[in-house]
Amino acid sequence: MEPALAVSNLNVEILGENGAFPVVSEMSFSVNPGQTICIVGESGCGKSMTALSLLRLLPESARVASGSIKIHGEEFLAMDQRKMEDFRGDKIAMIFQEPLTALNPVLTIGEQISESVRQHRNAGKREAFARAVKCLELVQMPDPERRARQYPHELSGGMRQRAMIALALACEPKIIIADEPTTALDVTVQAQILGLISDLQKRLGMAQILITHDLGVVAETADRVIVMYAGRRVEECSVYELFDNPLHPYTVGLMGAVPHRGEAAASPRRLADIPGTVPALWDLSKGCAFAPRCPGASSRCFEERPPFTEKKPGHFAACWEHDHA
Amino acid sequence: MRDTAEFIAPAPLLSVENLKVHFAIRAGVFQRQVGEVKAVDGVSFSIGASETLGLVGESGCGKSTTGLALMGLVRVTDGRIAMKGALDVTSMRNVPRSHRRRMQIIFQDPFSSLNPRQRVRDIIRAPLDVHRIGTMEERQAEVAKLISLVGLRSDQADNFPHQFSGGQRQRIGIARALALKPDIIICDEPVSALDVSVQAQILNLLADLQSELGLSYLFISHDLGVVEHISHQVAVMYLGKIVETGSKKAIFSKPLHPYSELLLRSAPSHDPHHRHQFSAVSDDIPSATRKPSGCAFHTRCPLATDICRQVEPQLETKADGQSVACHHR
Ligand SMILES: Nc1ncnc2c1ncn2[C@@H]1O[C@H](COP(=O)(O)OP(=O)(O)OP(=O)(O)O)[C@@H](O)[C@H]1O
Ligand SMILES: Nc1ncnc2c1ncn2[C@@H]1O[C@H](COP(=O)(O)OP(=O)(O)O)[C@@H](O)[C@H]1O
Ligand code: SF4
Ligand code: SF4
Ligand SMILES: [Mg+2]
Ligand SMILES: [Mg+2]
Repeated sequence: MEPALAVSNLNVEILGENGAFPVVSEMSFSVNPGQTICIVGESGCGKSMTALSLLRLLPESARVASGSIKIHGEEFLAMDQRKMEDFRGDKIAMIFQEPLTALNPVLTIGEQISESVRQHRNAGKREAFARAVKCLELVQMPDPERRARQYPHELSGGMRQRAMIALALACEPKIIIADEPTTALDVTVQAQILGLISDLQKRLGMAQILITHDLGVVAETADRVIVMYAGRRVEECSVYELFDNPLHPYTVGLMGAVPHRGEAAASPRRLADIPGTVPALWDLSKGCAFAPRCPGASSRCFEERPPFTEKKPGHFAACWEHDHA
Repeated sequence: MRDTAEFIAPAPLLSVENLKVHFAIRAGVFQRQVGEVKAVDGVSFSIGASETLGLVGESGCGKSTTGLALMGLVRVTDGRIAMKGALDVTSMRNVPRSHRRRMQIIFQDPFSSLNPRQRVRDIIRAPLDVHRIGTMEERQAEVAKLISLVGLRSDQADNFPHQFSGGQRQRIGIARALALKPDIIICDEPVSALDVSVQAQILNLLADLQSELGLSYLFISHDLGVVEHISHQVAVMYLGKIVETGSKKAIFSKPLHPYSELLLRSAPSHDPHHRHQFSAVSDDIPSATRKPSGCAFHTRCPLATDICRQVEPQLETKADGQSVACHHR
């Protein structure tokens, strides 16, 4: 099967005051139709920069330095402006954490969705508006006819998220990038939105890249998982492998650090804490970026960066340990 | 470590009865009052010594307002707040300083709650200055102790808040809250803004401080994993009211209120082998400004009947000290 999206050796850099520095390095992965890949990591590790580069929506201060992004076999990075805009929305679309950044405050929800439909499909005004209402129905917006005529600020947080998803899905893209789509929502609404995304994905057979810092969301949604640290992949495997046999010391640390439902029993357990903090991307040392916080770091770890290699079938990690595993 | 299920609470350190905080909604050029938000509308709970009460509920249900009311930082409309060995008060504005000192608060966003132009040692010393405790030398010595107690380095004392990471700033906030040796600290989402690896450091610090100093916490959070981890008792809040309270074990293993059940069902598992089947169906979520009649949860409740729409259920005590406000439980 041809992957819907194939990213290889993507490098993104930020143009800082003291020259450019990498924010995403050597990122590669591919997603098949119907598959969900989760990218997980702490704030600042480069998740959103990865997502934005996949849509060529990077801010002025950042650029793709090298690499390839293939959408159904076509090189997205080489497309001219027009073709790229055709692809966006039609083939690949994005759901953001904060719906108000994606929705236009002065247009009604219905107008925004119809506009996107008209951009990609040969449709009249009426037809496009009817399609917008259908999209709102699809995302289970309560009272879709009425909501289509409302402005974003007139909707609750959960409804805005539904409206944005409707906008992203209006042209039934084959690839959906969701950057922390539920982080700003209450847990009961998060459950609804996760349920919704998974229903739609099944129905439309979309490939999904879901970005989150929440291991619970990963456990609920992912087929495969990429763990990022300081701009790089440190581990990639199936979701079962990730929870059953995490290899990278950072992943192991994260698993122990998150208190989760159902395990605290009667008395509080001490959480495993990873000492120190995430390093700044502009002054990474030469070895393994995790070495200053890693309980198993050896002198080699501070000197040489470990390559990202397959440790067992389908399970990759960047760590000098486990080479014999 | 004690087993909360068998723990028999002594006379509570703090008890809150029927607390109400109503805000006026004003509009127009004359700022005439056009309505009222009942942000906190009859909240009762108690907290024992060295105990953590987790307060959970969704955004806007009145958790922070409850915390602010206890601190005297918003005007209490009605209710009674009592602390062991102190006067009962309804309005914290006229409370003697000796009493106010016993309760402190830490906030979600450690940055906005710290003065950016003050050095860390001055931030932590400020409460001691305000309450004129000890000589200057004694205050300095106390600050040094607090800095090491919360895990900061002594050479960081002269730095400014922006020179610290989020987790370190939260440590500064905790040190400041500890300066007056309070009995109870209100923690309003203290780890929500932090990365998980740093969140664990702060949760461990709070647990250590509790066992070393015998502190009590009112721990406000919307994260059920964190609440289950840190609490002894749990109170579930919905639109200004406590709808269920009980030991952590009771609430998490046999919740009685339909809203508590919904919350627990909605929390993601951490086990890909046992996924939830989340429903995509949206329900009608009300807000504090348009609160439904009767039981405020009836617009979302699968068990709702006529009585639920008309009569507001009151908290009733069931087995094991678990209390629930529901006509059908
Ligand atoms: N000063 C105020 N004036 C008017 N209304 C207020 C004021 N402060 C809070 N409210 C309202 O009171 C209700 C409860 O707010 P509160 O901040 O206590 O919620 P919360 O449970 O802490 O929510 P979150 O989880 O989002 O922090 C909300 O409807 C809020 O809009
Ligand atoms: N618009 C921008 N201009 C410059 N640097 C940025 C911009 N947005 C993010 N960064 C930096 O890029 C790095 C990665 O950020 P991001 O991808 O947003 O992280 P994440 O989504 O994983 O939290 C961070 O160091 C961040 O400060
Ligand atoms: S390479 Fe070394 S420092 Fe890096 S994660 Fe592995 S053991 Fe730790
Ligand atoms: S009182 Fe009625 S509506 Fe309210 S929670 Fe109980 S059953 Fe549901
Ligand atoms: Mg981000
Ligand atoms: Mg709050």
